Amino acid sequence: MNPSAVVRRLTRRVTGLVATLVAASFVIFAAVYAAPGDPAVFLAGGRDKLTPERLAQVRAQYHLDEPLVEQYGRWLWDTVHLDLGRSFKYSDQVVDLLASRLPSTLQLVAYATLLYVVLGVGAGILASVKRSTWVDSAVVGGTTLFASVPSFVAAIALVSFFGVRLGWFPVTGSGEGLTGTLHHLTLPALSLALGALAIISRVTRQAMADAAASDHVEAARASGVPEREIVRRHVLRNALGPIVTMCGLVMAGMLAGTVVVETAFGISGIGSLLVNAINTHDFPVAQAVLLLMVTGYVVVTTLVDLLHPLLDPTVKEAHA
Amino acid sequence: MTAALSLTPVRTTRRPLGVTLAGAVLALVVLAALAAPLLAPYAPDAIDLSASLVGTGSDHLLGTDSSGQDLLSRVLYGARSSLVAPVALLAVAAVLGVTLGVLAAWRGGWVDTLVSRLTDVMYAFPGLLFTVLIIAVFGAGMTTSVLALGLAFTPTIAKYTRSLALSEARKPYVDAYRVQGMGGARICALHLVPNLGRSILGYLVVLFGEALMSLATLSYLGFGAQPPSSDWGLMVQEGQAAIVQGALLPALVPGTAIALVVVSFNVVGVWAADRLGKQDR
Repeated sequence: MNPSAVVRRLTRRVTGLVATLVAASFVIFAAVYAAPGDPAVFLAGGRDKLTPERLAQVRAQYHLDEPLVEQYGRWLWDTVHLDLGRSFKYSDQVVDLLASRLPSTLQLVAYATLLYVVLGVGAGILASVKRSTWVDSAVVGGTTLFASVPSFVAAIALVSFFGVRLGWFPVTGSGEGLTGTLHHLTLPALSLALGALAIISRVTRQAMADAAASDHVEAARASGVPEREIVRRHVLRNALGPIVTMCGLVMAGMLAGTVVVETAFGISGIGSLLVNAINTHDFPVAQAVLLLMVTGYVVVTTLVDLLHPLLDPTVKEAHA
Repeated sequence: MTAALSLTPVRTTRRPLGVTLAGAVLALVVLAALAAPLLAPYAPDAIDLSASLVGTGSDHLLGTDSSGQDLLSRVLYGARSSLVAPVALLAVAAVLGVTLGVLAAWRGGWVDTLVSRLTDVMYAFPGLLFTVLIIAVFGAGMTTSVLALGLAFTPTIAKYTRSLALSEARKPYVDAYRVQGMGGARICALHLVPNLGRSILGYLVVLFGEALMSLATLSYLGFGAQPPSSDWGLMVQEGQAAIVQGALLPALVPGTAIALVVVSFNVVGVWAADRLGKQDR
C-alpha cells in the first residue's frame, strides 16, 4: 500500500469514528427528551426532595430553555472539556466519580482479556493440532457450553464453589495491592472471560487450519522441519491476523460486560456505577458512563480495524 | 449485541443424540411451564418463615429461599414468564426488523442508506447498553425491557432480512407480478415476505437463546421483572445474598434452569436453523 492510500484510509476511518461518536452521543443526550414529563425534573432525579434552586441549577447546567441542537452542542463542548456536571446522589463532580471508579474496571477487563487470550488461543491451538479427535470435539463442545451460560450465572456458580464451598477466593470486593487485586479479581475475570472462549478458540482453530493448508507449510514439512517448529513458526505466525483482530473486538465489547459482573461481585467500577445510577435515577452519571463505554468500544474497534492490515499484509481493503 | 456465535453445523442425515436430548429437555420445560399449577407443590409466593433456607428434602424437593418460598414451585411458575417474554421480544424485533429490512432492500436509495445509518448508530452501543439507556429513561419493568430489547434486536434482523430480500427481489416471479400491475407493497406483503419466512424463522430460533439470556440478565440487574415475580433472573438476584450464608440452592436452582434452557435451545436451534435453511435452497 502506498503512503497516500494509507493516509486516505486513515482519514476515512477517523471521520467514520467521529461521525459514529457524534450520532451515539446525540442519542445519549437526546434520550432525556424521550423521558415522560419535564426533562429538568427527570435530570434532577425525580420529584422527591426536589428544591426550586436545584431545578434552576439543572436548567442552567443543561441550558434547557435553548433549542435542542444548541443544548447538545454545549453539552458536547462541556463533555469534551471533562465537565460532566454533578451527580445528584453523590453530589460529586461526575468526572471525579468516573476517575475513581475506572481503574477497577480497567483492571478487571485487562485480567479477563489475559485469561481469554491465554485459554481461548491455547484451546484453539490444541483443537487444531488434534484436529478431528476427541480433544477437538471436547474443546468445541466445552467452549460452546460456556458461551451458553450467562455471565451472572457463571459468576454465581464460581462464587458458590470456589468462594463459599472451597474458600479459595473472596466473594466480593476488589482487594488491595497486586496480589490482593489478583486474588479478588480472579473469579470476576473468569466469569467475564468464559463466554469469550468459544469465539476465540473457534477463530484460532479456523485460522490455524487455513494457515496450515498453505504451500510453504507443505514445503517446510517436506524438508523435514519438526512438527512443533512448523506449528509455532509457520502456522501460528500466519494465523495471528484474525486471532488478534477477534481478541481486540471481544475486549472492546467486554467494557459493557462489566456491568453485570461488577454487580454480581460487588466491585465498585463504572459498570456497577451505571446500575446504581439507574436505580437511583441519577441520570447525569448514567449518561456519562454510557458515553464512556460507547466511546471506548468504538475507539477500540476502530483501532483493531486499522491494525488488521499491518498484522496481515494479505488483507486488501474491501472498498479501495 | 455480543458477538453472535455461528456454530459449525453438523451435517449428518441422522438426528444427533445431543439434539434429541436437548429437545427432550425443552419439551419437559415447556410442559412444566404449562402444567405449573398442577405440578407445583406450593403457591409460588407462599411465604413460610419457619422453613427459611431449608435444603433439599421430602417437604421441599429443591429447598427453599430465605423467606421460605418453595424453590421448585417458583422455578416451575417462573418458567412461564422466562419463556414467554423472549418470544414476545423476538416478535417485536421480527415485525420491526423484517419491515425495515424489506423496505431497505425494495426501495434502495436513501431509504436503504437511512436504515443502514440507524443500524450503525445502534451497533455503536456494545452489549446491552442500548437497552440500558432506554431503561434509564423509561424506568425498569418487564414491558419496558421486552420492548427495549426488541428494539435492540431489530437491526440484526433488519440486516439479515435485507440481504435475503435483495436476492429474492431479483427473482422472475417478482417481475411477473409487477407486469400484472401489482403494487410493490402488495408483492412484498403477499409473496416476498412469505417466501423468506422459513429462513427468518430459522434465524429467530437461533436468536432465542440470546434473547432469553439478555432478558434474564436485565431481570438479574433489577431492570426487568419486579418482585414478587418468580422470573428466573430475578430469583438469582434474590438468592444471591444467601450464598455467603452457605445456602447455594436459592441462586443455583434458577441459575441452572436458565443455563440448561439456553444450552438446549442453542443445540436445537442451530440444528433446526440448518434444516430450515437447507430446504429453502
